[in-house]
Amino acid sequence: MAENTPMVTPTPIAPQLNRSTPEKKKQHPKSEKGVLALERTLVYIFLILLTLLCLVPFWILFVNASRTTPEIRSSFSFIPGGAFFTNLNNLFHTDNFPVGRALINSMLIAFCSAILSTYFSALTAYATEVYQFKLKKFVETFILAIMMIPTQVATMGLVMICMQANLFNQFWIIIIPSIAAPTVYFYMKQYLASVLPYEIVEAARVDGAGELRIFHTIILPILKPAIAVQFIFAYVASWNNYFMPSMLLNDAKKYTIPILIGQLQSSSPDTFDLGKIYMLMFIAVFPTLLIYLIFSRGIIKNLTNGAVKG
Amino acid sequence: MADKNDKKYQELTKGLNPEGAGESKEAVDFRVKNYKKHRRISYAKYGYLFLIPFFVAFIIFQLIPLFQTFYYSFFRYERNGIDMIGPIFKGWRNYKLLFTGGEMWKYLGNTLIIWIVGFLPQMVVSLLLAIWFTDSRLKLHGTKFFQTVTYMPNLVMAAAFGYMFNMFFSQGGPVNQILMSCHWIDSPYLFKDSVWWVRCIIAFINFLMWFGNTSILLMSGIMGIDESVFESARLDGANSHTVFWKITFPLLTPIFVYFVITSMIGGIQLFDAAQVFTLSNGGPDNTSMTIMMYLYTLITSSQNYGLAGALSVILFLFTGILSLIVFKTMVPNNNPIRSERRAQKARLRYVARGQREAREAQAKAVAEGGK
Repeated sequence: MAENTPMVTPTPIAPQLNRSTPEKKKQHPKSEKGVLALERTLVYIFLILLTLLCLVPFWILFVNASRTTPEIRSSFSFIPGGAFFTNLNNLFHTDNFPVGRALINSMLIAFCSAILSTYFSALTAYATEVYQFKLKKFVETFILAIMMIPTQVATMGLVMICMQANLFNQFWIIIIPSIAAPTVYFYMKQYLASVLPYEIVEAARVDGAGELRIFHTIILPILKPAIAVQFIFAYVASWNNYFMPSMLLNDAKKYTIPILIGQLQSSSPDTFDLGKIYMLMFIAVFPTLLIYLIFSRGIIKNLTNGAVKG
Repeated sequence: MADKNDKKYQELTKGLNPEGAGESKEAVDFRVKNYKKHRRISYAKYGYLFLIPFFVAFIIFQLIPLFQTFYYSFFRYERNGIDMIGPIFKGWRNYKLLFTGGEMWKYLGNTLIIWIVGFLPQMVVSLLLAIWFTDSRLKLHGTKFFQTVTYMPNLVMAAAFGYMFNMFFSQGGPVNQILMSCHWIDSPYLFKDSVWWVRCIIAFINFLMWFGNTSILLMSGIMGIDESVFESARLDGANSHTVFWKITFPLLTPIFVYFVITSMIGGIQLFDAAQVFTLSNGGPDNTSMTIMMYLYTLITSSQNYGLAGALSVILFLFTGILSLIVFKTMVPNNNPIRSERRAQKARLRYVARGQREAREAQAKAVAEGGK
């Protein structure tokens, strides 16, 4: 607990508890052990139920994505069927339903957004961490203050601007705003504050390196772990984003995966080729889950540390 | 070779480049020059320079649109049939319409209900998980596994979740199939026609997406509490109840406030899952239409920009006030570096005071001894 902050001060409680007698514990050591074992069992049962709650929806999704529509309609099964690739093939060859295109669009937007948001957040964090300038305090407070305000409240203005300037169906309108990502900045800043010795920057200056070069050759490598995790988060957030793109992209060629899912609404799922629809959901969900499972260790660790600091 | 006794030379080679002891005079001169130069010049301009991209992006894509939204909230500007009416300046008309008309209140109410239905179990479950995972007495195995699995839904596309559950709970969907094969019901139950089922399912999606995240947040809060406090409490015979209510909960309050308010701000933004689950129509009789869905409808289908602007301003103020509360609760102790520095300063002051007192005592003793 090296990062223990004075936020938690144990002093007021300690004396109160000292009053109870230590003999109490020695009286029933056996029954206490039994109670503990029972408690542990109950906890495990509860945890397993929660795990099932989290996993079963995705298993149902996978099972139904691998079955034909008549099979899905007739009854439910927990065993996958054999139509996985048929469904996949059907999905990509549906008229007026550009899944392949949407997949590429989604990946492109998510990748560019993640790059921009991590790079510029790192730069912003570096600027406020290393340099001393008059407005520094103001800038730090300002970014922290806007962190919580939902971006949706400014959406109407952006939609109107796009309407007036005829900027619909432009990917960059969705990508560029991710440069200003207060949450990513906040993580980077916390990370930088905990790892960066200022002397390194000084030493690099003495060696004649320019400020931007110091950032690229020294700061970015130091920030690598934070960048990796934040890149994943930014990628996933952009991949899942529905509100903004659905307002700014209305050409079928420019659709992203979430918009495509939103477009399914017009017809009820009871009349569709169900295998295909389940497959679309599977494609929407699978990449993020895969990325998560590969990097889950670092992500969870980062979250735990970040939460202590934040 | 440079003179080894040169003070500047020693200073510059020490710490900066330990291997550089055998460097040429030119290299050292170069460094000395740079050293002098970088001492002299101010680097403040780079601070501003590197902040430009962030602020330009913020101003163009957030601030200007926000002002635009504020501006049009005072105008009548809407689509009527195929014509666009306005913009005509109407003062507070849109705000009056929103506050006196029933729609905003109804949708705010829906949002609040769905948020609370999801939030209460989320709070209880996350708190339980956080306590169990950090309980040194229970010594659970597989904590990492459970954390990984419970966090996973947080990264899943909310829109996909919405449509997935729409299919699961449709007339011929897996849920009805399972219930019927277990003979619990004879004919398919129409979940999507029931007001409370729709609300609960949306709340459940929200719960599923966020409880793992919250449990990690609370867990790190608990881990921040000194373990010895728990130890001594247990040695004194306190049971888990007492430990929780007398130690964990009071010490966790700041993080708890943070969690409740951020969850509230998140609740106001509830859109994707509800929109897709109800197939954009807001559930039976709009009973699951959230406030963001209302905003979306105003912007896209009804194109009532005046009203949408006013609603955005109201939501902005509301979330602004909530954020201010978070800000106030987290800023004083959020930064471990700053508090560490504060602590260090306090320690230094303490040591200095001790030294001063010792000096004074010594001087006094000397003076008395002299008498």
